Amino acid sequence: MPKKQNLNKVLVIGSGPIVIGQAAEFDYSGTQALAALREDGIETILINSNPATIMTDKEMADKVYLEPLSAEFVKKIIIKEKPDAVLPTLGGQTGLNLALELAREGFFKREKVELLGVNLETIEKAEDREQFKQLMLKMGQPVPESTTINTLKEAMEFKEKIGLPLIIRPAFTLGGTGGGIATTEQEFETIVNSGLSNSPITQCLIEKSIAGYKEIEYEIIRDAKDNCIVVCNMENLDPVGVHTGDSIVVAPAQTMSDRDHQMLRDASLAIIRALKIDGGCNVQLALDPHSYQYYVIEVNPRVSRSSALASKATGYPIARVATKIAIGYAMDEIINPITQNTYACFEPTLDYCVLKIPRWPFDKFHAADRTLGTQMKATGEVMGIGRTFEDALLKSVRGLEIKRYHLICENSDNLSNEELLARISKPTDERIFELSELIRRGVNIHDIHQITKIDLWFLTKIQNIIELETQISPSNWDKDFILTLKQNGFADRYLAEKYQMTEMEFRKKRMELGVIPAFKIVDTCAAEFESHTPYYYSSYEDENEVRSDGKESVLVLGSGPIRIGQGVEFDYATVHAIKAIKELGKKAIVINNNPETVSTDFNISDALYFDAVTFEDVMNVIDNEKPIGVICQFGGQTAINLIDQLSNAGINILGTSADSTDLAENRNRFEKALKELEIAQPLGTNVSSVEEAISKSAELGFPLMLRPSYVIGGQAMEIVYDNEELKEYMKFAMNVWPGQPVLMDRYMIGVEVEVDAICDGETVFIPGIMEHIERSGVHSGDSFAVYPPQTLSDEIKKDLIESTVKIAQSFQIKGLINIQFIIKNKKAYVLEVNPRSSRTVPFLSKVTGVPMAKVATKATLGHSLLEQGYKTGIQEEQKIISIKAPVFSFSKLKDVDTALGPEMKSTGEAMGRDLSFQKALSKAFKSAGINFPHFGTILVTIADKHKEETLPMLKRFHECGFKFLATHGTAKLLSENNLPVDEVAKIGMAQRDLLDDIKEGNVQLIINTITKGKNVTSDGYKIRRAAVENGVICMTSLDTSWALLEAIEINASGTIAL
Amino acid sequence: MNEINAFLYLEDGNEFTAKSFGHTPDSPVLSEIVFNTSMQGYQEVITDPSYCDQTIVMTYPLIGNYGINQDDSEAITPHLKALIVREYCDHPSNFRARQSLADFLTNNNIVGIHQIDTRKLTRLIREKGTMKSILSFKQLSESEKAELFKQDLPTNQIPKVTTSAISHFPSNGGKRVVLVDFGYKKNILESLLKRGCDVIVVPYNTSFEKIKEFSPQGILLSNGPGDPKSILEVLPTIQKLQQEYLLFAICMGHQIFALANGADTEKMKFGHRGGNHPVKDLILDRTYITSQNHGYCVKDSSIANTELEVTQINLNDKTIEGLKHKNYQAYSVQYHPEASPGPNDTNYLFDVFVDRMNEVHHA
Repeated sequence: MPKKQNLNKVLVIGSGPIVIGQAAEFDYSGTQALAALREDGIETILINSNPATIMTDKEMADKVYLEPLSAEFVKKIIIKEKPDAVLPTLGGQTGLNLALELAREGFFKREKVELLGVNLETIEKAEDREQFKQLMLKMGQPVPESTTINTLKEAMEFKEKIGLPLIIRPAFTLGGTGGGIATTEQEFETIVNSGLSNSPITQCLIEKSIAGYKEIEYEIIRDAKDNCIVVCNMENLDPVGVHTGDSIVVAPAQTMSDRDHQMLRDASLAIIRALKIDGGCNVQLALDPHSYQYYVIEVNPRVSRSSALASKATGYPIARVATKIAIGYAMDEIINPITQNTYACFEPTLDYCVLKIPRWPFDKFHAADRTLGTQMKATGEVMGIGRTFEDALLKSVRGLEIKRYHLICENSDNLSNEELLARISKPTDERIFELSELIRRGVNIHDIHQITKIDLWFLTKIQNIIELETQISPSNWDKDFILTLKQNGFADRYLAEKYQMTEMEFRKKRMELGVIPAFKIVDTCAAEFESHTPYYYSSYEDENEVRSDGKESVLVLGSGPIRIGQGVEFDYATVHAIKAIKELGKKAIVINNNPETVSTDFNISDALYFDAVTFEDVMNVIDNEKPIGVICQFGGQTAINLIDQLSNAGINILGTSADSTDLAENRNRFEKALKELEIAQPLGTNVSSVEEAISKSAELGFPLMLRPSYVIGGQAMEIVYDNEELKEYMKFAMNVWPGQPVLMDRYMIGVEVEVDAICDGETVFIPGIMEHIERSGVHSGDSFAVYPPQTLSDEIKKDLIESTVKIAQSFQIKGLINIQFIIKNKKAYVLEVNPRSSRTVPFLSKVTGVPMAKVATKATLGHSLLEQGYKTGIQEEQKIISIKAPVFSFSKLKDVDTALGPEMKSTGEAMGRDLSFQKALSKAFKSAGINFPHFGTILVTIADKHKEETLPMLKRFHECGFKFLATHGTAKLLSENNLPVDEVAKIGMAQRDLLDDIKEGNVQLIINTITKGKNVTSDGYKIRRAAVENGVICMTSLDTSWALLEAIEINASGTIAL
Repeated sequence: MNEINAFLYLEDGNEFTAKSFGHTPDSPVLSEIVFNTSMQGYQEVITDPSYCDQTIVMTYPLIGNYGINQDDSEAITPHLKALIVREYCDHPSNFRARQSLADFLTNNNIVGIHQIDTRKLTRLIREKGTMKSILSFKQLSESEKAELFKQDLPTNQIPKVTTSAISHFPSNGGKRVVLVDFGYKKNILESLLKRGCDVIVVPYNTSFEKIKEFSPQGILLSNGPGDPKSILEVLPTIQKLQQEYLLFAICMGHQIFALANGADTEKMKFGHRGGNHPVKDLILDRTYITSQNHGYCVKDSSIANTELEVTQINLNDKTIEGLKHKNYQAYSVQYHPEASPGPNDTNYLFDVFVDRMNEVHHA
């Protein structure tokens, strides 16, 4: 069954900007899909609004449309490009939903476009709860018994039939308000009553509770010949109840016998066959730990986050195979790229254990509810591969970059066992650490099992780790013991502490003992066949499988898990660095532990080391590969933070040196350097105590911008307006980052500008300048940014270029540099210098056509910019205007304030491009998922200081067809200015208040600048959260509001050309 | 759990040290060493009589996780010599677990060792083929090793594992199957019983006349250990059976069926053992994931001048996985449709067998 004959041109739908629940895994799957299509000579068209991805690089597809992922744009592209087929199954839920929408309205049929990989019926059967339930019942596959009730009596009847525990889910309430799990008669009655009264239609769904069941996932693939295979099964350490994206997941499943496994495998295969999916599919099941009873929980009829994980866990490229199947191949015709002489139609077998831990944004969002449940909250994940479970677990822990190198529960000294036991009854990001601490204190694992329902197998393994801890003493240097510790994943850094020495000293002693890791290959087949794929992981075993080929090699450090502030942009740069090294004929080696990304696709580099990006693991790779040097500048702060240690260990840092990096990051040196260069910067200093902060603040004057040194994404960056706020901040910072000075700057209000440049030590080439739409005060990652700049004079631009050149040269930058400026009173001040690849590199590379990371990599490897054809100065500006829009995941994070400020909150970015600024803006908003209204009601809740400034804006909004809603003061001002306004009560001041209007859908847009800050009881906060929960657009910056107005205006006055 | 040091010596000169978790005999154990790639199903593997006299290396590193239960054994006693795993788990966690793997091995006098680089071991076997190995609980001198390696490996395993007596598993009105026992796995019997068959299990060397006395409607030749050529005496019986009865053969049965029809068998470099082997059915143009355990196979080149036809091949190495007779109602598969452990994808072959019994009319 060869390729379908009629396919010459295929449109691939991407997944768009990164949000919680839909992240870099779709860059990985999309990139694979495009490559798989092109191999077969198919012309590829891509639509994806996410500029930060590898898949939107222009060489990845024949045509890349960086346009909004909406039905409107997909249709336009289909009409314009006339593809033979559309492939939507690699673009996450976004891709699938778009396909569903267009299929339903008959668009594909009309345009004679084939839908590949899935059909309308399948999507509906898999995604519609009721249809899915009916299909399962028809197949004899168990689903949790459920019913819809409108009265307590009906509820009681169902309870009599099924028995407790039961889950009560009120209909149409957000976040399941009023619902819960009932385990007693009393609870049941109470919750049903509360559920019914909370539901606007007095209706509840009552479902058998399967909390505590094992959660098992199957990643399966089917082809049109009906061949089916299981790529991988996975077991969640957290039992049913926690979203699989928020669960610690192990592959393969550990606590199931073959009989259990085959039962669930049979069920999964029956389901994919019944759904007739040609491609990948994920089936989630719940298995009773005490019987054979199981339930089908959910089916995803597409490639998913779990399939990316399964691909990395097994080496089996699911997205690639799914794509080949979609274009007509059978699995027994597709070669397994790992072995190169066996076929894709087989089931991978592992000879190691894989463990994934999610990376949550709670370090950024202190106020967020950390309880894990059915709504995913993680932004990223890490994976650890080990020959033991313990190794996989501890590797993952140290790779999370949460400043922990072991199962240590922070701040637990003052907590009693009872308190800790109470805490672990709720799943949170800290639970694994808390239960470890309890085991350490001697609490029986059976008790912990009773509370958490975590399988005793996992708890026993954690107990093994704790037991080994107790055997550690500074005098115990028995080689077998040290080896055992390392085989069980203990980090050098943790052990060094226990052995009372530095990590370097410990490492040296360990190596003298001969305790050195070997590297094993991930080969899909447990060594049954020879593997040709250099995909390695470390283990303290006998045989090292890495064979040197004698080629000169370079090691690139990856950026670890995706988190706010360090997103897929850094993976993008890492991949480009790898490609550049390969282009130079050198062996490109990468170390990274993020299973979602393109950089950990074994096809990208010449050698992939899937290990944590920590000093220990990086050094192990260096010892093994002996590269000519290490490139740290593309792996974000993760990699930059290792420069010092690596440099001290005598490792050759390729690119900007450790000393130059320090020059940019060490406040005092930095200030001095800029002074010498006669480049202006906001007045500032660094302070190390509350008292010092107070006294220095008098010199600088409020408002002040405060941040800890050496952090990313503006973490803990804050603007303070008085001594009280300053004191509070200092106390917090001294506690969280003891011993680290706090940077204190005069907060200047002005236009923010970013310059990214490449330097080889002499020549400084600037691809372009980006201007922020929002004034300073909003983190650069959360700002709209435009290229080329729209408001800067030639003089200022010249200034910026000169300063950039001076800084890059004098700092001896080799590679990339990112400088943030603030323009005030026609003068440019330097805010910060990042001697590394920045978040803007992929965006700017795409809009300027300069492959920045590649050029920079080559520069670090001795190929001067002149040699590469770049001279000092700025590249001529492009005609097309490109705007980057931030994308947020607030709806996933309960309790997080959406007001923008100096600390970054966005999870992704989207882009809009067009010939005019307004059109580009309009597309940028749409790409970011902001489906702005063209008319309607605006709730205006603005701070007094902003009122004057807002009036002209509101007048123009009114011209477009908007009226206003405001509380007394503002309402008065608006009506005085002849603007139509309805007055509404402040929160809690009347029977009806403005929150009711938001909830009832009377408001289409909110402009809100009041009471920003940490106070969650403030009105501003309540309005912002109500906006998120009711899906109303809420602007917290006047500048963004102006931009939105322009977008609305251009939409009102014409249509948008593609 | 005892933590006695164990020493593993391979014929090619490689040596390993490990820890014991099973039986620790005084004298060294000489056996053939093979690997199995199943991630689950160790209980079925170690109780499969086809592993008679062999030492098994499990490639999956964590073994023992769900203990040993009462239901999943493929025979009452295990016949293997030793089990080698990366890490043995002494805290089984599964609702069916009745004892630990260590206890099971110890009670059955089977050697078990762990804390060893099983991937290295697997790679050695893959590169050099299955070979002799010595397991010892004290270090052996060069001459002791040489002496042992000079010895031949035990052969003729089938007589050791076959049933000594005929046993009948009656069913009311079901089709009667004679299951010829070369070392059958329990799930072959159960697969027949589950489909309502009336099964008579007979020793591997039962005569044609004796089998005829049972008036079967179908014959099933079972799996079994070792070299099919060690029991050439059964070939005339098979030749007669296939002419008279519907005959289905599995694994060892498949190889004997081939030999009985003039084809030849050969030893494979390291065999197929695991639950993930793709088999392509050439007639249906479908590929199934199968459970496999064999060290010998039917020689591809030997089929040409026989009345046999190749119906299925291994997708990976193209070895013969299925045969059928051109003139008789006789066919065979090299793999294990009864699974246990492994995928149930080819269970349907038992349905086919039963359906055919319903169709075939005897004189």
